[in-house]
Amino acid sequence: MTSTAAHTVGRSGTHGREDTTSWVRERGVYIALALVILYNVIFTAHFNQWDTVQLLFAQMPPVLIVSMGMALVIGTGGIDLSVGATMAIASAVLAKFVAPASSHGFGSPIALAIAVALLAGLAVGVFNGAVVAVGRVQPIVATLSLLVAGRGVALVITGGALVELFNPFLKVVRQGQVFGVADVMIVAAAIAVVVSVVVRRTTLGYRLVAIGGNRRAAVLAGVPVRSTLITVYAISGVFAAVAGLIATARLRASDPSYIGLLMELSAITAVVVGGTPLKGGQVRVLGTVAGAVLMQLLQTTLLAHNIPNSVSEMVEALIIVAAVYIQRPSQSAA
Amino acid sequence: MRHTLSTRSVTSLVSRNGAFGVLVVVMVIGFLTVPSFGTADNLRNTALAASFLAIISAGMTFVIISGGIDLSVGSLYALAVILSADMSSHGSWAAIGVPIAACTFAGLVQGLIIARLRLPPFIVTLAGLTGIRGLVFYITKEGNSHPSVPGKPFFETVSRGSVLTIQNPVWIALAVFAAGWYVLNRTAFGQAVQAVGGNDTSAALMGLPVRRVKVIVYAISGVAVGISGVLSTGLSGGGQEARVGNAYELSAIAAVVIGGTLLSGGVGSIVGTFFGITLLYVIQNLIVQGFNLNSYVQQVVSGVFLLVVVILQAVFSRRSETE
Repeated sequence: MTSTAAHTVGRSGTHGREDTTSWVRERGVYIALALVILYNVIFTAHFNQWDTVQLLFAQMPPVLIVSMGMALVIGTGGIDLSVGATMAIASAVLAKFVAPASSHGFGSPIALAIAVALLAGLAVGVFNGAVVAVGRVQPIVATLSLLVAGRGVALVITGGALVELFNPFLKVVRQGQVFGVADVMIVAAAIAVVVSVVVRRTTLGYRLVAIGGNRRAAVLAGVPVRSTLITVYAISGVFAAVAGLIATARLRASDPSYIGLLMELSAITAVVVGGTPLKGGQVRVLGTVAGAVLMQLLQTTLLAHNIPNSVSEMVEALIIVAAVYIQRPSQSAA
Repeated sequence: MRHTLSTRSVTSLVSRNGAFGVLVVVMVIGFLTVPSFGTADNLRNTALAASFLAIISAGMTFVIISGGIDLSVGSLYALAVILSADMSSHGSWAAIGVPIAACTFAGLVQGLIIARLRLPPFIVTLAGLTGIRGLVFYITKEGNSHPSVPGKPFFETVSRGSVLTIQNPVWIALAVFAAGWYVLNRTAFGQAVQAVGGNDTSAALMGLPVRRVKVIVYAISGVAVGISGVLSTGLSGGGQEARVGNAYELSAIAAVVIGGTLLSGGVGSIVGTFFGITLLYVIQNLIVQGFNLNSYVQQVVSGVFLLVVVILQAVFSRRSETE
C-alpha cells in the first residue's frame, strides 16, 4: 500500500525480511477490518441489510474528512488538536450568517454562509500553520491553544446558545443521495481520493513527507518548509470546516459546545490505527480510511450486541494499543 | 537542537521568570482594579480551587520533562474520585488508599507499555484516556450511579480541615510541589529524569536505567492524580458525575508549558509549573470577579494567553540557541 517512493523519503527504506510478521505489520488495519466485518456477517442479526451500510455512510463523513487532514499534518511530523474546535467555529459562522435577523443572524444566502464558514476554517488552519512554521512552536502546543480558545470563539459567535437551522439546503446535505449513497459520503470519498493523489503524485505530497521524515534534510534539499507546513495546516482547517458543516446539517442546529467535541481524538485514532506513524515521514491514506471505518464499525458492532458504551470504550483503548503495536516499525532503531 | 547546559539553564530561567513575572503583573492589576479580588476569602478560595489541578500538574511535570506526555490524567482523576466515594463505606483508609493505589497501578501499566513495547506515549495515554473513562462509566453503571460518602470524619477532615485559615488541600498541594522539587533537583532519580528527557540514547550510554525512569514517571503522575481525586471527593462528599475531570489533561499540560517546561523534554521546572497553574486560576478568577465575563470568553482568554506564552518561549529559546 505504501511502497511508493514518497512514503520513504528521509527514512532508511525497507529493510525487514518479507516474512509473515512484516506482511501482517503492513496490513494490520485491513486484516482487523476484515475480521470485524466477517464477525458481523456471521453473528450480527440484520447486519447485511443496506440500512446498516446507510447508517454507517451517514455517520462516517465528518470523521473521515477530518482524518484526511489529520493524516497530512501527522505526515509532516505535526499534529492538529484544533480540528474539533474548528468544526465548532465553522458551524457557528454558518449559523450566524444563515440565521434570520430575528435570531440575531445576518439572514444571508446559504452559499455565502458556507463560503464564509470555509474561510473561517482556512483562517484557523493558516494561523496554526504560521505558529508552527514561522513561530516554530511545537504543533501540539500551538494547536492546543486553539483547542482551548476555539470553542470559546464559536460560543461567542452564537452568543453561547444553540441555534436551530431550518435551511432547505442543509436538509439536502442531510438527506440527499446519489444512487442510494448519501451524498456526504460521496464528498468524503472524493476528498479521500484527492488526498491520496496529493500524497502520491504531487510536489506538495513529496514535500510534506520529506519534512516529516527529516526537517533539516528537507531544508537542505531546498524544500520550502514554511509554505508547505502552512498549506498542510490550512488544508486540515478547511477539511475540519467541511466536517463541521456536515455535522451541523445532521444535527439541524449549530451547537458550539457539542459539534466536533473530541473529534481530534477520533481523527488521531483513525490515523494511527491506520498505520501512519506519529513521528511523520509517511502518510497512509487508505489505511486511515480503514482505521476510521474500523473504529466506527467496532462501536456499532458492540452496540448491536448490547455491550454497554463503557465496555466499548475499554475495547477501543485495547484496539488502539494493539493496532499501534502490531504496526510498529521493525526494531532496527536502537 | 542540542542545548549546552548553560543555555539550558538560561532558557529555563527566562521562561520560569516569565510565568512568575506575568503572575506578579496580573496580581498587581487585580489588586488595583478589582476590589473583590484581593480579599482574603477570595484568595483562599482561588487557592483551594487550584490545588486539585496543581497536584496533577506537578506529576505531569515529571512526565513531560522525561520527554513523554500523559493524556490519561483527566480520566484517572475521575477514577480516583469515584473509587474514593465507592470505597468510603469501607472506612477512611480504603477511601484514601484504594484510589491512589489504582491510579498508581494505571500509571505503572501505561509506563510499562511505553517503555517496554516502545510505543509513543501520546498514543498509549490516549488509549488510557478512552479506556479509563470507559472503566469509570462501567463502575458507575454507565454514569447513572453517583456514589456518595457516608460521613467518614477522618477522610473528610483531611480535605475540609484547615491550618492557619488555609484549607488542607492547599497545604497538601504545596507539600507535593516541595517533594517534587526535591526529587527532581536533589536526587539521582531527578537527574536521570532530566537526562532521559534530554536524549534517551545518551542517557542509556551513560548507564542510566532509561526504561525504569520512563515507567516511574507515569507511576508518579498516577500517584499525584490519585491524591488529587481523593482530596476532591473528601471535599465534595461524593456524588460527582462520571464526566468529572474531563479535559483536565489539557489544563495540566497548559500549566506545565506556561511554567516553562519544554514539551520536547529535558528542560523544565516544577517551580515554573507552580506559577503556571496559579496564573491560570488567578486569571480565571479575575475574569469572573472583575469583568463578569462568560465562561466561554474565559476559554478564549486562556487560549490566547497560552498561545502568547508559548510563542514567547519559542522566541526566547531560539535566542539563547543563537547566543
